[in-house]
Amino acid sequence: MSLTPDSTEALADIVRDAAASGDALAIRGGGSRSGFGHPVEGTALALQGLSGITLYEPGALTLVARAGTPLAEIEAALAEESQLLPFEPLQLAHLYGPPGSPGSPRPHGHGAASTIGGVVATNASGPRRIQSGACRDSLIGVEFVDGRGRIVKNGGRVMKNVTGYDLVKLMCGTHGTLGVLTDLSFKLLPAPEHAATLTLPDLPIGRAIAAMSAALGSPFNVSGAAHVPGGSGQHPGTHLRIEGLLRSVDYRAGELVRLLGKFGSAVVDDDPASVASTWRTLRDVRAFDAGNSVRSDGGNDEARCVWRISVKPTDGVQVAHRLEGSELRFDWGGGLVWARTSDRLDVRTALAGIGGHATLLRAPAEALERFGAFEPEPGVLAALSSGLRERFDPSGILNRGRLGSAAGRPVDDRVAAAIG
Amino acid sequence: MDMPIPSASVIANKPHVLARLQAVLPPEAVIFEAVETRAYECDALSAYRCPPMLVTLPGSTEQVAAVLKICHEEGVPVVPRGSGTSLAGGALPTADAVILGVSKLTEVLQTDYDNRFIRVQTGRTNLSVTGAVEQHDFFYAPDPSSQLACAIAGNIAMNSGGAHCLKYGVTTNNLLGVTMVTMQGEIVELGGAHLDAAGYDLLGVICGSEGQLGVVTEATLRILRKPEGARPVLIGYDSSEVAGACVADIIRAGVLPVAIEFMDSPCIRACEAFAHPGYPDVEALLIIEVEGSEAEIQEQLEKIIEIANRHDPVELRESANEEESMLIWKGRKSAFGAMGQISDYICLDGTIPISALPATLRRIGELSEQYGLKVANVFHAGDGNMHPLILFDANKPGDLEICEALGAEILKLCVEVGGCLSGEHGVGVEKRDLMNVQYGPEDLEVQMEVKDVFDPRWLLNPAKVFPLASSASRRDAA
Repeated sequence: MSLTPDSTEALADIVRDAAASGDALAIRGGGSRSGFGHPVEGTALALQGLSGITLYEPGALTLVARAGTPLAEIEAALAEESQLLPFEPLQLAHLYGPPGSPGSPRPHGHGAASTIGGVVATNASGPRRIQSGACRDSLIGVEFVDGRGRIVKNGGRVMKNVTGYDLVKLMCGTHGTLGVLTDLSFKLLPAPEHAATLTLPDLPIGRAIAAMSAALGSPFNVSGAAHVPGGSGQHPGTHLRIEGLLRSVDYRAGELVRLLGKFGSAVVDDDPASVASTWRTLRDVRAFDAGNSVRSDGGNDEARCVWRISVKPTDGVQVAHRLEGSELRFDWGGGLVWARTSDRLDVRTALAGIGGHATLLRAPAEALERFGAFEPEPGVLAALSSGLRERFDPSGILNRGRLGSAAGRPVDDRVAAAIG
Repeated sequence: MDMPIPSASVIANKPHVLARLQAVLPPEAVIFEAVETRAYECDALSAYRCPPMLVTLPGSTEQVAAVLKICHEEGVPVVPRGSGTSLAGGALPTADAVILGVSKLTEVLQTDYDNRFIRVQTGRTNLSVTGAVEQHDFFYAPDPSSQLACAIAGNIAMNSGGAHCLKYGVTTNNLLGVTMVTMQGEIVELGGAHLDAAGYDLLGVICGSEGQLGVVTEATLRILRKPEGARPVLIGYDSSEVAGACVADIIRAGVLPVAIEFMDSPCIRACEAFAHPGYPDVEALLIIEVEGSEAEIQEQLEKIIEIANRHDPVELRESANEEESMLIWKGRKSAFGAMGQISDYICLDGTIPISALPATLRRIGELSEQYGLKVANVFHAGDGNMHPLILFDANKPGDLEICEALGAEILKLCVEVGGCLSGEHGVGVEKRDLMNVQYGPEDLEVQMEVKDVFDPRWLLNPAKVFPLASSASRRDAA
């Protein structure tokens, strides 16, 4: 059984009823990210009825779309005007794969297609994030239905907006736990006229990160800095992306090759299709596709967990050492580490003392329960987060369970649990 | 402009509060003499003044926590203050309030060029953050025009922007982490040198919360390598419609200038008379700046000039050297001074979708005639941030009120065409009463609920942002 409202008002009615009865709602866009986080209870609330681009002004770099709009539809409309979403949203459908894939305990849509709402709910940002910001930086307006059924708007259509609190940022990355997104406004970027990938071969992780730091600290505007450790399947090497006007890209690629000379001889790929394909593969960490549990070095092990780790870029070296034996991919100059690990490895314990956080993106049920999908928050922050949930969703009906055993329960249940 | 009635019981308790504060702060960090607290009676919205009950200038995060804890226990409202440069009255106190100034917190704690961040105490001025990294050819991007004086703490509270924000974003896009003290005196860390929030984006809510959710004492800021060079081009058109169309075409062509400034005729004339930059006498003037290496600058300028010429400019001027570049900018940068020499004025910062510019300017012209006050317009054409400058005579009784009324109409117009009340200066006290124009009651209620979570007693800068009627029950319950 699933509810499919076709208007914001209908959605608000559903949520209001659910809040009164205490019956949970499981928010569903395209289902491509439904494996992200803990299993959600409740009646499916499908958003495909809230779909469509409602405003697109290329001359103002502004797009407004309903949350249930397929990402592909938005990207196609933008491509026609040679524009794009600055944050390069990553797709997770392949990471979770079709029902029954190894490491994916729950059935969900085969070939599930991401909606823009799912992108915002998970702050899904790709390699270009280091230069152009994350989804939360491009998002300039939201309308949502909170857990009480109130229809709320914040931000608008303009990038410069300091009128009242910035709840736009707050609503990005909540995994549906503070409200059901209905309308989203974005600041866009022109699609680059030209692009090139510069690859340094065979660098050990320390040198790779040093090379990426040198590139990112140069005036040559690098829009992607990723590292695939040597010997790993597709695209081994340290990759830098340069985008922009034609002569500018040539100039900057030349300067970077020169600048990075001490790290090796860089190979430049400026074929547009090849550059696009490389970075799409890196963006979506295709090496860790569900059903691809064979390690690229040929070994076949129980590495079914995929972690997404955010650290200070130079700490990527430490991460590599502490997670030695696991298969790793690096992005954001070293500051984003994807790790495919054994079910028995508690990555957060292994990385203790290194600043940042680790999210368990994919795991068998038992490992997910044991480790928890999301980094636990320290006391005061946890209190602030649960305080926000109490205000925005007092009945705890929105994606109940998504954040793990402690969070996401209605206040009464938590109190009951505490009393024992 | 109303402010809450100061609490008699809080004021009566002043000696006790003072004694408690003096017990946790060095003597020079507590100011209580009337002649000295007077210096904190207003910020850059100098039309409104009220000396606070007491002023504290803590020298560390721990001292900030001690001050807040005491004020929380004693039920005393606290008004945080950076450099007091707010144009919206963000640091305006009430007579029962304690000012908590961070001006002693100015240290650079860490610079890290490999990871491209700087960590500073938030009382440090904006320009001196760039100052700390410029010998390595780095800079901190958000650059409000008050940057010589304004503090990072204020930038974070107001989510400040600047001329560079079209390309580099505003404060919230360059803020990686903070140390913040809550009204209860708890010290929390948010973010850091890594990217993305671990859970909810609380950092994103705190930036732009106008000192109402906590006092930020330390900040981790993104620093960027300076581009190799920059150059402006000046383009004059005989109508704002055409200027607007030119800007839209440039953006659609895939060029991303670092700045696009627009000035209308009253503004151009005043700047020319004041600074003599040699501006043409046109209806609409654009100054567009691009960055990069010499070759990249050339490539971008070629595209811009080709597009500009398609729209038949009255004048198009490239600069041939550094001197000419500075002259092109000189007029624009002196705009406020130029206006100030002619007249008193108030400066608004409503923002509109850039496509709405010609219609908005037309309507502003009509309103200006209706109210009998001249308006000159400076506009950040890349991001839609307007700066209508309403000229009035402060010595003429009633003129300020007419000026404010016209200002309110202009801001309502900005909201009407799809924009917002404030692009840079924040709400403070200045735009509180217009919040209902932009937001419905539930929109405001949800924002106030966020404050309820951080500061349930509503002691931290309680009289700002929300219309007093909307926040009354929460403030009175304290």
